[in-house]
Amino acid sequence: MYSPFVAISLAAIATYAARAAGAYLSGKIGTESAVIDWITCVTYALLAGLVVRMIWMPIGALAATPDWMRFVAAGTGLAVFIIARKSVGVGVLSGSLMLIALTWRSF
Amino acid sequence: MISVEVLSVALHYAVVLPKCSLIMTHTSSPAKPSAFSTPPAAFWGGAREAARVPMMVMGASFVGFGSMIHDLDWSVWHALFSTLSTWALPGQIAMAEMAYTGAPLMAVVLAVGFINARLLPLAVSLLPHVRRPGVAVWTYYAVAMLIAATSWVGTMRRLPDLRQDQRLHYLTGYGLALYLSTPFATVIGYYLAGQVPLPITLALVFLNPLYFMLLFLFDLHNAAKVLSLVFGAVLGPVLYQIAPDWSLIATGLVGGTAAWWIGRSPWGRRLQGAWLKRAVRHD
Repeated sequence: MYSPFVAISLAAIATYAARAAGAYLSGKIGTESAVIDWITCVTYALLAGLVVRMIWMPIGALAATPDWMRFVAAGTGLAVFIIARKSVGVGVLSGSLMLIALTWRSF
Repeated sequence: MISVEVLSVALHYAVVLPKCSLIMTHTSSPAKPSAFSTPPAAFWGGAREAARVPMMVMGASFVGFGSMIHDLDWSVWHALFSTLSTWALPGQIAMAEMAYTGAPLMAVVLAVGFINARLLPLAVSLLPHVRRPGVAVWTYYAVAMLIAATSWVGTMRRLPDLRQDQRLHYLTGYGLALYLSTPFATVIGYYLAGQVPLPITLALVFLNPLYFMLLFLFDLHNAAKVLSLVFGAVLGPVLYQIAPDWSLIATGLVGGTAAWWIGRSPWGRRLQGAWLKRAVRHD
């Protein structure tokens, strides 16, 4: 097992590499290239997988909550987001409040 | 209770501007051409503009990150070090999740590399606006550290209207104000997680997946992106059962490549056409 500092440092290097490569390439390539489309798609799929996992199979303290509470909270956030005409802030707020309300008595 | 305050301000904006979401809010005020008298004024002007909704949205999500790190029993220094060295939240969260569950370092690096590769096109499209003769090349590599989705959205609309000699100052002020606010938000989130009742800690940790989920569902106009989300959401849990260590990177590569390939095929182009018509009608 490695130390968190190693993972954090490597993640930081990988992230800065993208910024530095962007600085190097700026003015040399267009942003409409197929490679960038592909990177975008891979990122979307990866993060969608991560979001589903964090809601359905969370780690840490959230893992102690029953699945249905997380599903109801996420569903509430989603429903309010749609009703409030795609307002991310209102959706996140109501989803979080729903989780607090559901877990308040049992935790 | 900072995050609750942040969210209530966010709620206020969302109610005042029902048609604009949070990520649209800071693009909605009209740009004033060359509004600054001197380059230092552009620096402080940029910092002031950042210190509104963009900083609140960013702050709320880094509060969530701080809580998450506390929840994983890592130290506050881990949280701070990650925020200051990486400063790109989705990658930080994936890194923490994967490192905590013991994924191989190579998988962590690949996943973070892919997630944060989105910064590359952001830098490529933003930096030509601030380039000018006589400025040392390393300056661009330094200011590249301040490029994130939030700072890109906020500065991109203003830069073309500013005088050439003020743009770098404006971008630096804007980016630096956001950058310097995040370690505070991270530490606040870390200690809130230990001090408040458990349900509030849980909600703070829950903030990030919820925020990302809604952010993704905000822009569904591109068929390839929608397919990526669907494939990713399905493959993520399935592959996690088969190969937990490599599941995230495999989900991204398999789901994303398939979606990208379908999006480029003739069938995908027809789908895009039909999808766009539908999406526009619904808006």
